[in-house]
Amino acid sequence: MAEPFVHPYLPNSAPFVKAAMLAETGAESVEDFYADVPSELRVDGLLELPAALPAEQDLVAHVTGLLEGNRPVPAGRSFLGCGTYRHFVPAVVDEVINRSEFLTSYAGEPYEDHGKFQALFEYQSLMAELLNMDVVNVPTYDGYQAAATALSMAARMTGRRRIVVASDVHPDKISRVRDFVEPALELVVVATVNGTADLAAVIEQLDDDTAALWIETPSFFGALETSLPGLAEAAHRSGTVVVAGTDPIALGAIIPPADQGADIVCGDIQSLGLHQWFGGAHGGFIAVHDDPRFVMELPSRLFGLAATDVDGEYGFGDVAYERTSFAVREEGKEWVGTAAALWGVAAAVYLSLMGPAGMAEIGETILARTDYAIRSLTGIDGIDLVDTAPHFREFVVDLEGTGLSAEQVIERLRGAGIEPGVEIGTHRLLVCVTEQNTKSDIDLLAAQLGGLREEMGA
Amino acid sequence: MSLPIAPKPNLRRFHEARWDEPIIFELDAPGERGVLPSRAEADLAPIGETLPDGLRRTTAPALPEIGQMRVLKHFLRLSQETLGADMNVDVGQGTCTMKYSPKVNDALIRTTDLTDLHPLQDEASVQGILEIIWHTERMLATIAGMDRVSLQTSGGSAAIWTNISMIRAYHHAAGEGDRRDEVITTIFSHPSNAATAKAAGYRVITLYPDADGYPDLEAFKKALSPRTAALMITNPEDTGIYNRRIAEFVELAHSVGALAAYDQANANGILGITRAREAGFDACHFNLHKTFSTPHGGGGPGSGANGVSEKLAPFLPGPVVERDGDRFYLDGERPLSIGKVAPFYGAVPNIVRAYAWMRSLGAEGLREAAELAVLNNNYLMKRILEIPGASAPYATGRRRIEQVRYSWQDLYEETGITSEEIGVRASDFGVHYWTSHHPFVVPQPFTLEPTESYSKAELDEYADVLAHVATEARETPEVVRTAPHNQTVHHIHHDDLDDPERWAPSWRAYRRKYFADAGD
Repeated sequence: MAEPFVHPYLPNSAPFVKAAMLAETGAESVEDFYADVPSELRVDGLLELPAALPAEQDLVAHVTGLLEGNRPVPAGRSFLGCGTYRHFVPAVVDEVINRSEFLTSYAGEPYEDHGKFQALFEYQSLMAELLNMDVVNVPTYDGYQAAATALSMAARMTGRRRIVVASDVHPDKISRVRDFVEPALELVVVATVNGTADLAAVIEQLDDDTAALWIETPSFFGALETSLPGLAEAAHRSGTVVVAGTDPIALGAIIPPADQGADIVCGDIQSLGLHQWFGGAHGGFIAVHDDPRFVMELPSRLFGLAATDVDGEYGFGDVAYERTSFAVREEGKEWVGTAAALWGVAAAVYLSLMGPAGMAEIGETILARTDYAIRSLTGIDGIDLVDTAPHFREFVVDLEGTGLSAEQVIERLRGAGIEPGVEIGTHRLLVCVTEQNTKSDIDLLAAQLGGLREEMGA
Repeated sequence: MSLPIAPKPNLRRFHEARWDEPIIFELDAPGERGVLPSRAEADLAPIGETLPDGLRRTTAPALPEIGQMRVLKHFLRLSQETLGADMNVDVGQGTCTMKYSPKVNDALIRTTDLTDLHPLQDEASVQGILEIIWHTERMLATIAGMDRVSLQTSGGSAAIWTNISMIRAYHHAAGEGDRRDEVITTIFSHPSNAATAKAAGYRVITLYPDADGYPDLEAFKKALSPRTAALMITNPEDTGIYNRRIAEFVELAHSVGALAAYDQANANGILGITRAREAGFDACHFNLHKTFSTPHGGGGPGSGANGVSEKLAPFLPGPVVERDGDRFYLDGERPLSIGKVAPFYGAVPNIVRAYAWMRSLGAEGLREAAELAVLNNNYLMKRILEIPGASAPYATGRRRIEQVRYSWQDLYEETGITSEEIGVRASDFGVHYWTSHHPFVVPQPFTLEPTESYSKAELDEYADVLAHVATEARETPEVVRTAPHNQTVHHIHHDDLDDPERWAPSWRAYRRKYFADAGD
């Protein structure tokens, strides 16, 4: 007789238990439970899937073997950004988010999951300080969704249908936003000048049907917007909501967009304590002032502080739950569901560890090393910066003067164990410098590029 | 001789951790540091020389300053005040119940071979992860019977959105986009079906159940028209009742030119039993964080898998992973694609976990998991229906698939105790309990789903807790009404949470509203 199928993940696969449970239910076999599934809809036999690896050791050997087909690049040798960033992750962050209690929690109520509610309330509160705004959502999926939702919020609030895009936006983000807002809303993209908004051209586009003015700072090319106050003022004159995308890792050193007139600030939290995960660990934030016109348009959950029966005890609950699709289905704002809560806890731990000094220092380090990288690379004959904007973390160099294409440079430097950047045009390279790229790493990149240039020149 | 230690009582004497931990801002100790970031080399230009003045932050953010160990302790204490699936008999969140998320899968992913990969690094250096994504897509395609699968989304509702977005693009490509402006769903399908359809610009028509609990077929026929873009439906629905006429529903949708999308977020009861393909669906989705064991992280990241027929494959979000002999590569050149629905290629940690889970079980194990999920559910149903005051509306006497939406209506009429109050009291015994999505079509609802993960003894424990609370509702209702008694915190006052003048969605908002000395 064949050995019965008993699997460690399936306690009641033990034959004795299974038989006892069947007897309790009065069923002859599990087939009784599927009586309602018509035979023509039944799978005949077993699905054709790869053989099982029920022994844990075999599974580990197999999956580890596959993962060994990956070769991560040493931290300082990667100059890849473009949406996923290699910032340092403090050990305490991983310790907390790998805790069973947080990792395997889900829909617990404010009693049995009090700790989860508090951690996410603290995430909201820490982000609120960094952004200088009072209200931040429990994270949505990613920064792309955050932008799409922020723009939709502006459209719902104003009843208008145009969105004026004043910055260079990551093309994938634009793609996501279009998928989300079109055809109901129209995106009007105003070309930038030297990496930042063309103030006059943007102002010309603002009219009484413009729902939102969308600015990204830093932009897709790492440019920091220098005329946000003027843009915001003009937008507000036409009743337009100012939506600013940013990366919170910059905001210990750089002025938060809210201080320059942004009404809704959004972006991704991957920089705040999340590994790169092959681009698979993102979370989106949307921040607004404590104004019910804005707050009531947020689709995500929002946790708030509440009293309990006991003095000095903090309770938590959902703020304005009736705006969500959980409460009122399609009458809610967009929808709410499983998104990125655990990454919010990671960001909360990260910001608690960093404090104001850490956030200022990391911003300053990145700014200083970005500046050094720009100087080092553009010091090479034939390599030019494509704009004159101030840059944070990323910038674009044009390689045309070297006679090399971006593809050639990438291929050659990969041979030397360096990922020099992302190709964004035949001769254009988007270079990313985080706090993990030290001066000597940048010197190495410049030396390799210089060497290539000399080879070409020779 | 009497026993030195008396036997344990029937119910667990639980008390959740209560650390009475302050809000993190109250731990502020000026000058302390939690972690020191790398500093710029001394000979680099200071930012005062490189950054325009107007761009500098001049007032530091009011983040707290706390030493490292105290930060760690704070969040570990909060974790102890959280009841993850690893701690409790987590069968109370029917429709979305958590199954066991194997620890080996967490161990497998915690390698720099995964954490430190950049999505745009040399394709030759990421072959391992591309191969896992490729195989995971194909295994899920086999399980759904669909032609292609995309793993790009990081949540179930995002996957539902992706289905309706592809359907919208399909109708546009066929020149019918403007005409087809309605979507039909059912009240016992997840609210995100209705909500995503609305967000995509559709008018939503919701079908209610007939007397037997099935979506009303006659109402469906009346709702169908040349304006119908899609049917978006779950089966089995939240009631756990399998709709025998599902193929007929799909056919009827097709007969007016509409497409049909199957919400299989929760396919716990039907893996290897029945598939979207045979019922005729054009699109379906799975939640890897529900059906394929990946942990829920307190509300994400999850991972959504969109399965489509050949008809919709050109519209899948991009890029997709392709295989050429031994080489795996990303293909972004797909003109009809709806484009990006998320950054890069999906929630990678969860994709690897789901792959490992499927590989551990294989085809026989997946079917066994489904059969046990259903056996567990029918066993638990028997135990629950033995409790006076509990009932399972619709399809009386019939079997259910993986979950049941029960009702305490009888108990409520007898005692005045509501389902919500029962849930709060149940937490005193270390279990999670949930009512239902809104609106409450089933009065005083609760929805249980045991999955395949919980042992018979654990299901008995859960049923015993509810039986005990039902008895309390009759005999000592004040104990139920004033619950919780064994929890981290006591009864919470929710009145302030809906009032903009008084709500406190952040510490700074709380300080500003209630403390005269606070403010900028």
